[in-house]
Amino acid sequence: MEIKVLGSGCANCKTLEARTVEALDSLGLQAPIDEVTDFPQIVAYDVLSTPALVIDEEVVLAGRVPSVDELRRLLVNHSS
Amino acid sequence: MTLLAEAQVSRRPILRSWGKVLAAVALWIALYAVNRTFWEWVVFDAAGLDPETRLGSAVEFFVYDTTKILLLLTGIIFVVTVLRSFMSVERTRALLGGRREGVGNVAAAGLGVATPFCSCSAVPAFIGFVAAGMPLGVTMSFLIASPMVNEVAIVMLFGLFGWQVAALYVGAGLSIAIIAGWVIGRLRLESLVEPFVFETSLRGRPIDLSAGLSWSDRFAMGRQEVRNIIAKIWPYLLVGIGVGAAIHGWVPEDFFVDVAGPDNPLAVPVATLVGIPLYSNAAGVLPLVEALQAKGLAMGTVLAFMMSVVALSLPELILLRRVLKPRLLAVFVAVVGIGIMTVGFLFNLVL
Repeated sequence: MEIKVLGSGCANCKTLEARTVEALDSLGLQAPIDEVTDFPQIVAYDVLSTPALVIDEEVVLAGRVPSVDELRRLLVNHSS
Repeated sequence: MTLLAEAQVSRRPILRSWGKVLAAVALWIALYAVNRTFWEWVVFDAAGLDPETRLGSAVEFFVYDTTKILLLLTGIIFVVTVLRSFMSVERTRALLGGRREGVGNVAAAGLGVATPFCSCSAVPAFIGFVAAGMPLGVTMSFLIASPMVNEVAIVMLFGLFGWQVAALYVGAGLSIAIIAGWVIGRLRLESLVEPFVFETSLRGRPIDLSAGLSWSDRFAMGRQEVRNIIAKIWPYLLVGIGVGAAIHGWVPEDFFVDVAGPDNPLAVPVATLVGIPLYSNAAGVLPLVEALQAKGLAMGTVLAFMMSVVALSLPELILLRRVLKPRLLAVFVAVVGIGIMTVGFLFNLVL
């Protein structure tokens, strides 16, 4: 599983990344997390609001910071 | 039979989450109703401070106002987030697609208010709109309206000053966004947008993440957003209310009438300029606004200050520099700044 956090490095993006790490840890999963801060690259995913979460090149969430629980659900749904 | 049982089972969590929300609403109303009485009792009766002294009235104002504003914010952010979970920037772009300038500016400003949006998303939204072929002016109307007419500010203005001020604020903010966007569009400044914006290709398939959410999801988003926003703005809030309380207790009534009353023509421009380097969101700056207005600062001046703080902020300008060349950035600041000052002067004239 390959995870990307899209965002301009704002506080929300850092929170999203931290919560994703927490969710991965609690699930006992390991996955590299890439921070994408380059705007042309972000917009290429057709994401209009940051922060956004991309799992295996698919945008699963944009424009808000979800709870760790919700992230866990997203990760489980995606890895199965 | 089994189908019916299944339907009942699947309906139960929804009933439970609505039940929780209704209980929270009842608790909220009760707390709001006893707030003043409770703190008057604590500060004046239990702690023995004299309501006639400066310290007494400042302390009472501080604790009462902090509680009131926290209650207002919690309720408003929750309701607004739940309503907004039906909208997204992606859907807004779809709605705006193919609209001409003029009508497009009006629609963009209106949608700018309704769409959940954080100023840190200004750049991706800008690129996504322009790269999808939306006119520059229409995109600017959206980007101006979004921070300027803040729905939390609308409801708080309503709570603090009444519906007339709230309505004036909405009307003024929308007008500035529509006219400023239209002017920028007329000026044909596309050459002042960084070229990579037009070269960006949108390879992803458009997503609408606002679809397919249940009420429980939306309520959870509301609770989450309340936590996020309060955690982010509480320092601004405490400073704002603290300064407000000091002004309330120590600054004499009508102090600002001479320096910045409705008759001083410099008050509005100064308030607008002071607001640019200050960066806070509307909810953080409102306690201060309330205290300034109570001491005789004219309503138009106060609103100009607030709009400048939220709509023209240095961090956002630095972000926008990535997509706008300095000259266009200057046009943006000038057009919005002139709009804010006009509104300030108009309000001072009317109110």
